[in-house]
Amino acid sequence: MYLHEKLETLTRSEIEALQWERLQRTLERCMNSPFYRKRFADAHLTLADIRSLDDLQKIPFTTKQDLRDNYPFGLAAVPMSEVVRLHSSSGTTGTPTVILHTQKDLDEWANAVARCLYMVGLRRGDVFQNSSGYGMFTGGLGFQYGAERLGMLTVPAAAGNTKRQIKFIRDFGTTALHAIPSYASRIHEVMEEMGVDPRRDTKLRTLIIGAEPHSEEQRRKIEQMLGVKAYNSFGMSEMCGPGVAFECTEQNGMHIWEDYYIVEIVDPVTLEPVPDGEVGELVLTTINREAMPLLRYRTRDLTRFLPGECPCGRHHRRLDRMKGRSDDMMILKGVNIFPIQIETVLMQFEELGTDYLITLTNEEANDLMTVEVELKDFSDDYARLQALTKEITRQLKDEILLTPLVKLVPKGALPKQEGKAVRVRDLRKTLI
Amino acid sequence: MTVHQISIFVENKSGTLLHVLDLFKESGIQLIASTISDTVEYGIYRVICSEPKRAYEVLKAAGISASVSEVFAITLDNSPGRAADAVRFITGAGIGISYLYSFLLGGKGILVFRTDDVERTKEVIRAQGLSSIDDEGLMALA
Repeated sequence: MYLHEKLETLTRSEIEALQWERLQRTLERCMNSPFYRKRFADAHLTLADIRSLDDLQKIPFTTKQDLRDNYPFGLAAVPMSEVVRLHSSSGTTGTPTVILHTQKDLDEWANAVARCLYMVGLRRGDVFQNSSGYGMFTGGLGFQYGAERLGMLTVPAAAGNTKRQIKFIRDFGTTALHAIPSYASRIHEVMEEMGVDPRRDTKLRTLIIGAEPHSEEQRRKIEQMLGVKAYNSFGMSEMCGPGVAFECTEQNGMHIWEDYYIVEIVDPVTLEPVPDGEVGELVLTTINREAMPLLRYRTRDLTRFLPGECPCGRHHRRLDRMKGRSDDMMILKGVNIFPIQIETVLMQFEELGTDYLITLTNEEANDLMTVEVELKDFSDDYARLQALTKEITRQLKDEILLTPLVKLVPKGALPKQEGKAVRVRDLRKTLI
Repeated sequence: MTVHQISIFVENKSGTLLHVLDLFKESGIQLIASTISDTVEYGIYRVICSEPKRAYEVLKAAGISASVSEVFAITLDNSPGRAADAVRFITGAGIGISYLYSFLLGGKGILVFRTDDVERTKEVIRAQGLSSIDDEGLMALA
């Protein structure tokens, strides 16, 4: 049941003791990095000021901008001669960033991924096919080494060429596939075109999905289509890549490996910890990495801790599905609002379609939010439309504490979206 | 007693109405009566036309939100005061009128309306001997 039984079943106090021990070693190592030496000096901090896990909060946050500003090797905490691998982000939003690894870092990364895969029932003898891009993208090599560490026959199919993916799945007897959710749907579509029935013609039974936001309904749909169990995976290149958090067979939240990371969830504006169970920005401190430790790294991903114990026996806390990026946050009349909060409310109404647009305006210094949402099935019943509008408004108010103007619009009335959907238009004029 | 009416959910934006009318034109569907109502929240364009079922299919194929419903239609003599008489029967029976529109067709006044109580409206129309009309009757007048 557990690949690393001792580490996976640590009690909370054992986890914290291990974290404290590993944090101290990490901090010592950080003092070899020019970046952190300066960061500590600027904050008038010394290692002696950090006397317990709680003191972690004295340390300033590290941001993606810090990684950019110190590109490529400014955060190295070991001599470059000990670095055996680097991964670099695409840099679509500016200067690329670089993450460095020693051989031990790579080993620990592979161990983490292997632990995740074992947790969902994969074993030596399974055939694991990886449809991630290889190269700089960490989903490729990350899963490759983890799956090999577990002893599985690992097929680096890489991205694209769906017919060939399906041929591999059939010819090699693939039992487990890693794919982003939209690509899993695509594979099913092409299987149908080819007359391949996944249940009859393949041995697929496990799907690893991640990297792309998706709902529980989407997961169930993919499971149904491909006849598999699909498990949610969370990772990011700054934290190695895949293997940071992973669902167990309960399929209820992702255990984040607290022997690798110290986990905080903070309010993205005040940067204070949010009460347990509330949504905030995920902040991670690596405590099992040599080449390039990161202290209190702001991931920009929004999530929350799931309350309660997991029946699987692991005490590593569970993260809820990522709820979006803190960059998407709106501030309206001083209230922080995330588009996902609005989406969640809207998606509960059967009468509504999936398209919506939030527009922010201000009249005489008064912020106003308008939520336009597509009506799925129109019926000419004014009273019902009005009642529906009222109910949506009420539920949104309960969620965001402000009363938006809700407008039901016909299908296709909202601007067509290409690529990543734009959900928020901020037309507010600054009054200064 | 009733005629088919198409209700189209329209955006309050220039060109939307023309788009609908062009679709009817291309499909050879003739308007008999139509009315548009616009509130802050929604615009609803209600249409009585030849071949309502085909008209609905045309709209649906074009991705336009629409629905078909049955609404009451009664004919009146073409003289002043007849509409008041008819409405008095309905209102007098304590029935609420959700919306109503009227037009002249082939020398007859036509009153189209929806109420909040279908069954009781039918009773009133029968009891008061109001002359109602259906799709075919309407097309015959057009």
